[in-house]
Amino acid sequence: MKNFEKGNMVPVPSHSIIPERDVGETPVLECIHLGIDFGGLRAVDDFNFTIGKTEIAGLIGPNGAGKTTIFNLLTKVYTPTRGTIIINGMDTSGKNTVQINKMGVARTFQNIRLFSNLSVEDNVRIGLHNQEKYTTASGILRLPSYWKKEKAMHERAMELLSIFGMEDVADWKAGSLPYGAQRRLEIVRALATDPKLLLLDEPAAGMNPNETADLMENIVKIRDTFKIAVLLIEHDMNLVMGICEGICVLNFGQIIAKGTAEEIQSNPAVIEAYLGNKKKED
Amino acid sequence: MSKTKNIKKGSVRNIITYALVIVSFILVTVFSKAGLLSRSAQGLLVPVCCYIVMAISLNLTVGVLGELSLGHAGFMSIGAFTGVIVSMSLQAAIPSTALRLLVAILSGMITAAVAGFLIGIPVLKLRGDYLAIVTLAFGEIIKELINCLLVGIDENGLHFIFNPTGTKSADDLGLSETGRVLIKGAQGATGTQTIANFTAGFILIIVALIIVLNFVNSRTGRAVLAIRDNRIAAESCGINITKYKMIAFVISASIAGAAGALYGMNYSNLTSAKFDFNTSILILVFVVLGGLGNMLGSIIAATVLYVLPEALREFSDYRMLMYAIVLILVMLATNNPAVKNLFMKIIPGKKKKEGAAK
Repeated sequence: MKNFEKGNMVPVPSHSIIPERDVGETPVLECIHLGIDFGGLRAVDDFNFTIGKTEIAGLIGPNGAGKTTIFNLLTKVYTPTRGTIIINGMDTSGKNTVQINKMGVARTFQNIRLFSNLSVEDNVRIGLHNQEKYTTASGILRLPSYWKKEKAMHERAMELLSIFGMEDVADWKAGSLPYGAQRRLEIVRALATDPKLLLLDEPAAGMNPNETADLMENIVKIRDTFKIAVLLIEHDMNLVMGICEGICVLNFGQIIAKGTAEEIQSNPAVIEAYLGNKKKED
Repeated sequence: MSKTKNIKKGSVRNIITYALVIVSFILVTVFSKAGLLSRSAQGLLVPVCCYIVMAISLNLTVGVLGELSLGHAGFMSIGAFTGVIVSMSLQAAIPSTALRLLVAILSGMITAAVAGFLIGIPVLKLRGDYLAIVTLAFGEIIKELINCLLVGIDENGLHFIFNPTGTKSADDLGLSETGRVLIKGAQGATGTQTIANFTAGFILIIVALIIVLNFVNSRTGRAVLAIRDNRIAAESCGINITKYKMIAFVISASIAGAAGALYGMNYSNLTSAKFDFNTSILILVFVVLGGLGNMLGSIIAATVLYVLPEALREFSDYRMLMYAIVLILVMLATNNPAVKNLFMKIIPGKKKKEGAAK
């Protein structure tokens, strides 16, 4: 397996760690005492987490630990019961999903949510919706701004698709793509919205080891080219340990460990969460 | 098969759609000039155009936006009565009928768009069946409101009375000697000068097609398609769901208003009862039968389904029954795997095609 270069992680005041290179910059994401209840269930509680401006961070944990719930909180699909989310130094209280996206958070979904009846290129163009704007009237009347912006959209879409070498399938129906390609298209669509923070929900699910290795390289490449932060949920430990700089382990909605890959691997609480308590088994 | 070039396939279909409309217009004009069309067939031309435009307009709501609207005749009605009032009150001011028709259609469009916006505010907060039920209710409300309307005109301008109790009559409008009553409540618009013609209908179809097809292939249209395909993903791409649903709904309503205005000026007598639930369903049948999101299909379905029953007048009692049966069959054929298989067994060509796809 290829070794990826990682930044040196240093502690920051918010009980978290970020790469040393991002210390002077505003963190892309800060969660302070974030929590949500579903009825009597504390799905997420006291979630404190900071992501540096160009960090690749990982969120891991057993099934049902609340990882996807955290993504839904960050994108305001759910409204937090407690706590604050700060994106690029700006408070997000009262914002909705659309405004969060405009603030620079893009996501992919665990169960793929593409616009499956539209072409691959149209999927990316929808991602470019707020990047290349023209009015409804100029769209209907085909004014010059329509042609100009549509051309710009086409070029940008092709450029983004070329990250994953998908220009050839630009005219395919998104729903007819193979599973792995659909996951990659979701990433491209998220990138098209010009994010500062990319949230990937199990990007490697259903991929074979070769595809996963490619994906790892691409995630690092995306971070380096776009200078953005990536937060990913993943069960594939090779991927998480291979590319994530800061890792946060969640169990029953609470953080049980934070640190670098090495620290997480040797953390007794993490081993217990994943493999169970040895004493109880005896 | 689905891997073929989507965009190019789409634009070819658009060209075919325009070509079909233009060719049929030329053919019908030639036939009618040559005297090959009977009087009753001549009389069908404008209504067919109106219903084609209605089908295109409803296809924008049902096929492109993906929301079932059962009150589309309401917008047609608003357009029709606005058109009648405007054209009748401008009779002296604009002697040219073509120009008057244009002004009337535009004002029908605008009022229907305003109504679409106002109705859209509560309606578009709902989804699916609930939206369908509420649009149905609004369609009926519009019908009943126009039923209570008394409008007259004299040299002092327009006179309106809203007459929900049914106690007032046209005499209460207080018109001067030269005044005329334009809309007499439940009796509807009477004595309208019929200025609609087939050419206007054709132009309206082309304009409606340009609006809808260009809309679908633009940034706004893509946003609407995205909402239809996957709401949550559309939201996470930064698309404001309410705004784009509203844009599509208002455009759809305004086209329906234009169709209504033309329809209204094709008859000297017109009651609001004409635009009832049955009319809404009739238009929905055109759209479903023609294919959701398929404008060419809507045009063909509207023509065939409107002309056939008129041609077979003696069976007209069974028309609604036939529509219901056709609608159920189409829905079963497109959605039910068991019925699909049955169709495949019955139609050998389809079986082969499906086999090739596998």
